[in-house]
Amino acid sequence: MPTPKLSQIITANALINGDVIYFTRHGTWSPNFDEAEVFEDDAIAQDVLIRASAQADQTVGVYLTKVAADNGSYKPAHFREDFRKTGPSNYFHGKQEGVKNV
Amino acid sequence: MYKYNDFDRSFIENRNRQFRAQVARRIDGSLTEDEFKPLRLMNGVYLQLHAYMLRVAIPYGSLNSAQLRQLAYIAERWDRGYGHFTTRQNIQYNWPKLSDIPEMLDALAAVNMHAIQTSGNTIRNVTADHFAGAAADEIADPRPYAELIRQWSTDHPEFQFLPRKFKVAVSGAHQDRAVTKAHDIGLRITERAGKIGFDVIIGGGLGRTPMIGKTIQEFLPVDDLLPYIEAVVSVWNLLGRRDNKYKARIKITVHETGIDEIKALIDQRFNEIRPSFSGIDQSLLNSIIADFQGPELRNEPVHEFHTRYDSAAVFRSWIDTNTAAHRDNTHSIVSISLKKPGQTPGDASSAQMRVIADLAEKYGYDEIRISHEQNIVLPHVHKEDLFALYCALKPYDLATANIGLISDIIACPGMDYCALATARSIPIAQQIATHFDALKIEHDIGHLQVKISGCINACGHHHVGHIGILGLDRAGVENYQITLGGDATQTATLGERAGPGFSADDLLPAIDRLITAYLSVRLSPAETFLETYRRLGQAPFKAALYPETQQNTKAA
Repeated sequence: MPTPKLSQIITANALINGDVIYFTRHGTWSPNFDEAEVFEDDAIAQDVLIRASAQADQTVGVYLTKVAADNGSYKPAHFREDFRKTGPSNYFHGKQEGVKNV
Repeated sequence: MYKYNDFDRSFIENRNRQFRAQVARRIDGSLTEDEFKPLRLMNGVYLQLHAYMLRVAIPYGSLNSAQLRQLAYIAERWDRGYGHFTTRQNIQYNWPKLSDIPEMLDALAAVNMHAIQTSGNTIRNVTADHFAGAAADEIADPRPYAELIRQWSTDHPEFQFLPRKFKVAVSGAHQDRAVTKAHDIGLRITERAGKIGFDVIIGGGLGRTPMIGKTIQEFLPVDDLLPYIEAVVSVWNLLGRRDNKYKARIKITVHETGIDEIKALIDQRFNEIRPSFSGIDQSLLNSIIADFQGPELRNEPVHEFHTRYDSAAVFRSWIDTNTAAHRDNTHSIVSISLKKPGQTPGDASSAQMRVIADLAEKYGYDEIRISHEQNIVLPHVHKEDLFALYCALKPYDLATANIGLISDIIACPGMDYCALATARSIPIAQQIATHFDALKIEHDIGHLQVKISGCINACGHHHVGHIGILGLDRAGVENYQITLGGDATQTATLGERAGPGFSADDLLPAIDRLITAYLSVRLSPAETFLETYRRLGQAPFKAALYPETQQNTKAA
């Protein structure tokens, strides 16, 4: 089976509360994974990453991560990002507490 | 217990003031993350997957009830109402806001606690035997020496930018409960002709390249303790590799340099610096020793305990499993399990911490210890109080009788929290504990230490677990390697990898087969898993773990 083509999004943690955040197509940060801007082109992704990283007074640890197409939307390509998107498995804490963000 | 003096208080207050200003400058944009990161790490602040994490030192695992109550308060006021006790006798808060951390640090300072040197390339929290000051097999209380090392190493100007982190553990008993052979420096108190000295072990460590430490000095005189340790760290500080962080720990330096050559260098350095230790350290030590005299134990005979023990089976089981021999035979050391099957190993809620603090005050002379095994210990409890203590713990899920059994699992936070992790640890621990609890065979299985790490850094001590489990990322899927035959005590041994790893779904059935094999091949219920493994080697256990391979071999 051919490997599905992976796209990319930009993620970070919020400076004050450390919450997982995603860079949107409006050039802002959102706690909602579904609002992340998805890049098919790596060159564009790298370019926007520089812009996103410049907002250093709001964020910590900005990076690109891969997402896979999933029935018309996207899901994290790696389980680590899935945990970041959801929260820990031992308590109902983190993003899973606010269902709309999952 | 050591009491902060004016110097200690003013040092911590100054440091907290500095960090408060640093946080403010980070938030207002004056400091970049690159500038701020080393400053936050010096104060125990990490960034994890979902949030920041504050790691607070519990020096040599000792607390009083006021301190534990304050840890409970901090968890409730600024975090999510619980704390996670770690394998280095620290407590970690998983959800603090950066802007709240200065308040949390001030709240810690109010009870003589801090988060300094709980991260970064410094000498970390000095750990010790969690039965210190109470154990029947103790030669001398290791905590005064650990406290001396804590004071010497805190903000030591020569050792703030070491090649890598540096961990020291001290044990004062015949049984090594502090894993001294897996530390950068392990100190074991020994006795000769009525005097005590230290066996100094260096170059132990787990992680990527696990090594059992080597004894570099036998019976080091107490007077030479600080200069000798300073010589060790000083030699490594120059020799240690800064070009490759995976080769920077002293275990690699010892391995690459050779124990004889490094010993010669340490001796040379020791001779240089020894005259500069004028004896102030020893007078300081004497005052610290006075602080650790321990409580005046109640002199009351034991009557009712024996009746309770004989008549109440559940209580008897808890006594047999969770208490250890005290130096005074009217008292016991009580281990409070933070491992109720299904719960996160090492986690305690604020309510649980408060109950333990109250009970420590009522029944335990106000003394509490945190063990590297992620449990809480009341080191001095009169036997007449054990039943009341047990009954008071039970409603708070704190009376699980499983210390040293298969469900008393060490597990690091793993990928549920940790940014370094490659797989989860907590759900694996929960599954194993719940499974064997449901089968009601863990007392039959007997003493068995399962230790789980969610990455190669081995915070969960998997290399020295009788059964070690290492979580890895194999092509984007969680995969778990099993090691067998590890030992964390004075007979420290690194476990041997059993074979290919297991998926998260296949791991529990594999552990079940392993235990079934042990139960069928042990000589008697008295032969522990580790003893059976040492007698028979890997063969019967590998056959149980990989039955298909065995069948294929037979077919061929």
